[in-house]
Amino acid sequence: MSETEPTTSEATSARDGADAATPSRRPGRERGRDDGKFGPYGGQYVPEALMPAIEELTDAYRRYVLGNEDGFMDEFRERLADFGGRPTPLQRADRLSERYDREVYLKREDLLHGGAHKLNNALGQVLLAKYMGKERIVAETGAGQHGTATAMAAAHLDIPCEIYMGERDINRQRPNVFRMKLNGAEVNPVTAGRGTLKEAISETMRDWATTVENTHYVIGSIVGPHPFPVMVRDFQAVISEEAREQSIEKAGELPTDVVACAGGGSNTMGTFAGFVDDEAVALHAVEAGGSTLEVDEEAGVAPNSASLYTGEEGVLHGARTKLLQDSDGQIMESHSISSGLDYAGVGPELAYLVDEGRVSPVAVDDDAALEGFHRLSSTEGIIPALETAHAFGFLEEHHEELGDRVVVNVSGRGDKDLDAAIEETDKRDIDEAPDMSMFTGGI
Amino acid sequence: MADTGNSEAIAAAFADGPAYVPYLAVGDPDYEASLEYVRALDRGGADVIELGLPFSEPIAEGPTIQGALVRSLDAGMTPDRFFAFAEELDVEAPLVCMTYYNLIYQYGGSEARSASDASGETASTGPRPFVERAAAAGIEGLVVPDLPAEEADPLREACDEFGLDLVFIVAPTTVGDRLDRIMSRVSGYVYVQARLGTTGARSDVSDQTTQSLDRLAEYDVPKAVGFGISSGDHAERIVAGGADGVIVGSALVDIVAEGVEDDLSTAAVADRLEALSRELKAGAERGHAARAEPAESR
Repeated sequence: MSETEPTTSEATSARDGADAATPSRRPGRERGRDDGKFGPYGGQYVPEALMPAIEELTDAYRRYVLGNEDGFMDEFRERLADFGGRPTPLQRADRLSERYDREVYLKREDLLHGGAHKLNNALGQVLLAKYMGKERIVAETGAGQHGTATAMAAAHLDIPCEIYMGERDINRQRPNVFRMKLNGAEVNPVTAGRGTLKEAISETMRDWATTVENTHYVIGSIVGPHPFPVMVRDFQAVISEEAREQSIEKAGELPTDVVACAGGGSNTMGTFAGFVDDEAVALHAVEAGGSTLEVDEEAGVAPNSASLYTGEEGVLHGARTKLLQDSDGQIMESHSISSGLDYAGVGPELAYLVDEGRVSPVAVDDDAALEGFHRLSSTEGIIPALETAHAFGFLEEHHEELGDRVVVNVSGRGDKDLDAAIEETDKRDIDEAPDMSMFTGGI
Repeated sequence: MADTGNSEAIAAAFADGPAYVPYLAVGDPDYEASLEYVRALDRGGADVIELGLPFSEPIAEGPTIQGALVRSLDAGMTPDRFFAFAEELDVEAPLVCMTYYNLIYQYGGSEARSASDASGETASTGPRPFVERAAAAGIEGLVVPDLPAEEADPLREACDEFGLDLVFIVAPTTVGDRLDRIMSRVSGYVYVQARLGTTGARSDVSDQTTQSLDRLAEYDVPKAVGFGISSGDHAERIVAGGADGVIVGSALVDIVAEGVEDDLSTAAVADRLEALSRELKAGAERGHAARAEPAESR
């Protein structure tokens, strides 16, 4: 059976003597599908009122996503191609390859419709909601990327959509709010608590608890109660399925290293899923190191979002995972220069893969991320999202530890971040940065 | 019904007549005022008192109780201060702690972690240290809204070890196998969620309540109905409809919130809490008397 596997020595390791009748020769790719458990992580820690909705969703996930009932997956793939623009290219980065003296390839998720990987998941879930007969979509958003992707998908599939967004984030991300409204979504400001992503998630869960009968909650990452983490991973896995094939096509073999930034972890798991069973491929999850990894326990603030690297096991938003929390178990305020990585938790599957030693977590701070932003912009002609820029900060700092073929996921484009980039660049002295002194304000 | 409960005081609270079960967030708006408010509930006739231990991400609560939890956290509430509060209270009604699983799971964890770091072993977190400390503080039961029955066995064992009841919430949508799974793990009383949605005071009575009570009739555990009960008349109708008790949270928390907004004295707020408690308790008793044939401990 391994003869059908594409050429690579590591892919033929004939694990568990895989008997030809079972498709279990890639067990990591399917981890958690049965019960939502990843070792000690995952589960369904939700109010009882949500359990029937979660059971209904689990059933729909099995039938439509895993079983392709009514041709769901076929339609999903077709819409990803026609509406989304898939497949996205795997591009050799010539300057970076030269700079780091190894082959560097970019998986161009920034070229997906909407400018980020987010549409893979949003389109999958909104389509699933239609197949389930739901009449309304709710979603949370932090920076607005998931909200805009969900609003696009809902408009495309003609279903009403409401987005919950923290009031503070609304003020920080006005263009994204406008994009959602342009696509016909209602944007509900969340004033509770501190008015950021975690409050928006809580608020969306509250909405869902009241409206489960006709509403589907499109969660934005591989977080939350089962089946969300496996379902979102399966929708995002198209990134690594393509990248794996494209690597073999372009380089004749699998990459030695795969790199992705990690917040909640949806682009991360999407980029890793297809490679998890290729044990010789090293997987690097790059988290936001923020300004420092030190926490201020008194103020309940962690000035970073490095939950894989520094977090402790706990329960948040429906799942057991690694969290930024104080010694009592209260969730801390996280921070990152990129609001898309700014979350105190992380997907349970990534927490498990880190414990198992399969995924290496590494933290890259705000400064290195911003330098990565400028480096990719000026040398490759690609302006990355500040989230994505962390992966390029990692490349600069750690390239000598990597093998000779590296794939980096460009999870999103940076147009949304230009105001923040100007402001943050102003505070620093960065070689590759353009002189912005002619501007007195934002763009 | 005593065979399903660990706490005699909670069993007794439901044994003679309907139970009035008020809820307040401990430490809202501050520790000292909160002590007076909970004592006012006791004077007002509380049979069991639910004390909210605030968690930073209370996904099951509506805006009213969420607001209370934020005020309490901002005033410095922690699990250890919560236990000190319970010890200082000195009220007649048995106390039940309502909180989220992460606080239970983490309690004592940092000590366990530093000890295990020193010994080179992995951290041992789990519900047992929290339950042990709660028992020592005089807490007789726990309600954990984000802990489903499927994940509850470690907590159930710890509660049995230290003599606490573990109360579960049953929603209008809880039926069949799920209902059986929950009812096989519940003790003390079952919290019957009167309607879908999160907590918050509303004035009407829901058909969903009646249907839930019908579904639960065959289970030998007291049924306390909560979510949205705000007046004596409301409590009367709920008990007349077959409930063994009423749980009231948001209507009481609203009084505390108004006290903060209008800058009322602690005594004035406590008086209002006591008065509403008397009204609710009297309503529940009228409802009990109105039942055609009150079923004595089925």
